[in-house]
Amino acid sequence: MELLANLSQGFAVALTPSTLLLAIAGCFLGTIIGSLPGLGPSNGVAILIPLAFSLGLDATEALVLMTSVYYGAMYGGRISSILLNIPGDEPALMTTLDGYPMAKQGRAGDALVLSGVASFVGAFLATVGLMLLAPILARVAYLFGPAEYFALYLLAFCTLGGLASKNQAKAALAAAIGLGIAMIGLDNQTGIPRLTFGEIHLMDGVDFLVAIVGLFAVSEIFMFIESHGRNTAIGVKLDKITIPFRDIVKSFPAMLRSTAIGFFAGVLPGAGASLGSFLAYMGEKAVARDKNSFGRGNPRGVAAPEAGNNAAAGGALVPMLTLGVPGSGTTAVLLALLLTLNITPGPLLFAERPEVVWGLIAALLISNVVLLIMNVPMVKLFVRLLSVPPWILLPGIMMVSFGGIYSLSGSGYDLVLMIVFGLFGYLFRKLDVPTVPIILGILLGNNMEDSLRRAMVISDGDWTYLFSSGICIGLWIAAIAGFVAPVFLKNLLQPPKPVED
Amino acid sequence: MTSDRLLGLGTITIALAYIAGATQIQIGFLSDPVGSRTFPYIVGGVAAICGAYIAFRPDQDPSWPNSRTFLRIGLALIVMYVFTQTLKPFGFLIPAAIASAALSYLISPRPMMAIAAGIGLSLGLFAIFNFGLGLSLSPFGRYFSG
Repeated sequence: MELLANLSQGFAVALTPSTLLLAIAGCFLGTIIGSLPGLGPSNGVAILIPLAFSLGLDATEALVLMTSVYYGAMYGGRISSILLNIPGDEPALMTTLDGYPMAKQGRAGDALVLSGVASFVGAFLATVGLMLLAPILARVAYLFGPAEYFALYLLAFCTLGGLASKNQAKAALAAAIGLGIAMIGLDNQTGIPRLTFGEIHLMDGVDFLVAIVGLFAVSEIFMFIESHGRNTAIGVKLDKITIPFRDIVKSFPAMLRSTAIGFFAGVLPGAGASLGSFLAYMGEKAVARDKNSFGRGNPRGVAAPEAGNNAAAGGALVPMLTLGVPGSGTTAVLLALLLTLNITPGPLLFAERPEVVWGLIAALLISNVVLLIMNVPMVKLFVRLLSVPPWILLPGIMMVSFGGIYSLSGSGYDLVLMIVFGLFGYLFRKLDVPTVPIILGILLGNNMEDSLRRAMVISDGDWTYLFSSGICIGLWIAAIAGFVAPVFLKNLLQPPKPVED
Repeated sequence: MTSDRLLGLGTITIALAYIAGATQIQIGFLSDPVGSRTFPYIVGGVAAICGAYIAFRPDQDPSWPNSRTFLRIGLALIVMYVFTQTLKPFGFLIPAAIASAALSYLISPRPMMAIAAGIGLSLGLFAIFNFGLGLSLSPFGRYFSG
């Protein structure tokens, strides 16, 4: 009953005209961002944060806007996967496997509608799951002391890195780079500058928004310059859109199974949507009787990864809101938004600012309905956006990134720093050093150090305190397993090759 | 192979410099058991170990683009840098138009299209930023508006 009371409070917040308008605008922008090749949820949300900030929105409104963008981008990512065989973002990779073959068979419209419905099922049920699970986890989070938090942060780095790169050393290096950058600036405990090398701009530390926009958006520009001409697939024409009732009914059980898998993958700190869609697809292929038709345009191969990745997107919000540890790259960016808004995620958020949490949850439920409408009957509108040429799109991304950051900080130094991050982002992506752990390191570095130092103050320097509770030991074991397991599962975690033209 | 060896060596160098920098951190008079230096040491140490591992067990080289593409990326870097340096003195409109046009040309070398894209993006985004979002970007900067 408490749940219903909370939810009605949430709807009271979400149903105000301004919040509703922001949710709709967010869904629209998000779907555009998702469907444009080269702009995924993480860099899309990253370049919009400074702009959302300048609108002078309050915390709930900003959060509603950006999470709607996030959900919208997850929906929109499938459009270019299906029509162009280019995933709009990483989690949408699995959708290309059966989506593009389906489109080539002249069933592009069916594939788009089916995946839109699958996205809705996954995202809607995951939001319900978030609603049920988050308050429980928030209560568990009260048991977390500094030692537990330290182990939890470690777990996030281990599981996130384990899947992001083929080489564990590179994943660990990425985390170390992020943590190393986080140390720059004033020491939280003593107020003495560290590692600033006398540079006054660095006293405040490196702004995580600068790093995020640089690593995600600016590096994308360099990637595009490199790939230009090569990735311009001709794609598949889309004619009439009808609703494939039979396919929807037939693949509905697959959607439900994939939602469960995806949600679970999303809740794991660090694992995220790519894992969700991957596991959902592989799981569906494993239980199917017609295994051979996967990869050749099986409708269930379209429904499963879409339900899985959208469910993971909802699931990833659970650890982000309750523990302050993001479950994916985009939720790391959303965490940056929360920190910029001066909201500390965690159990106290649920106790002290229920209107933020429940307003967000209610807004997400509404957003999903809006997104279903946008992505099924109105999908043609977004398909047209795929033809925006890169020579307009990329300079546009650059200007929005620079304009946004400049309007926030007004400092030319930050802009130069952003270019440097962009260049390194490009080199790291070429060298298979994942960039998400870097962001996570910058975001969580100071908290991680603080919890270590607090734990040591409590125990008066006794290191065994870090392993003193059951939760701690569990988290340490999970962290080590999460880091080591991908080494042995390397062949299993290899996604199937997409079809070639 | 070579790329990863360079990455590994570069990482070790920077990690050692980082650790050396960390030894210079002043310790406050109110010190906790861990102190200000330990965490940077750990981070630097982890990075150095990763660097060594990468240098000794390198992956295959990625497919680097050819030198002309590198030149284009270098030019894009210069365009962005010049943009950041001219934004304050000359305002948004003119540097943005030039930078967008240059970047557009680097992606697709058709001069007329690039100029159109530059002018269109500059004016369009300025309108969105200033009137839609209420950012106060200066249109012309201090050199032109006096």
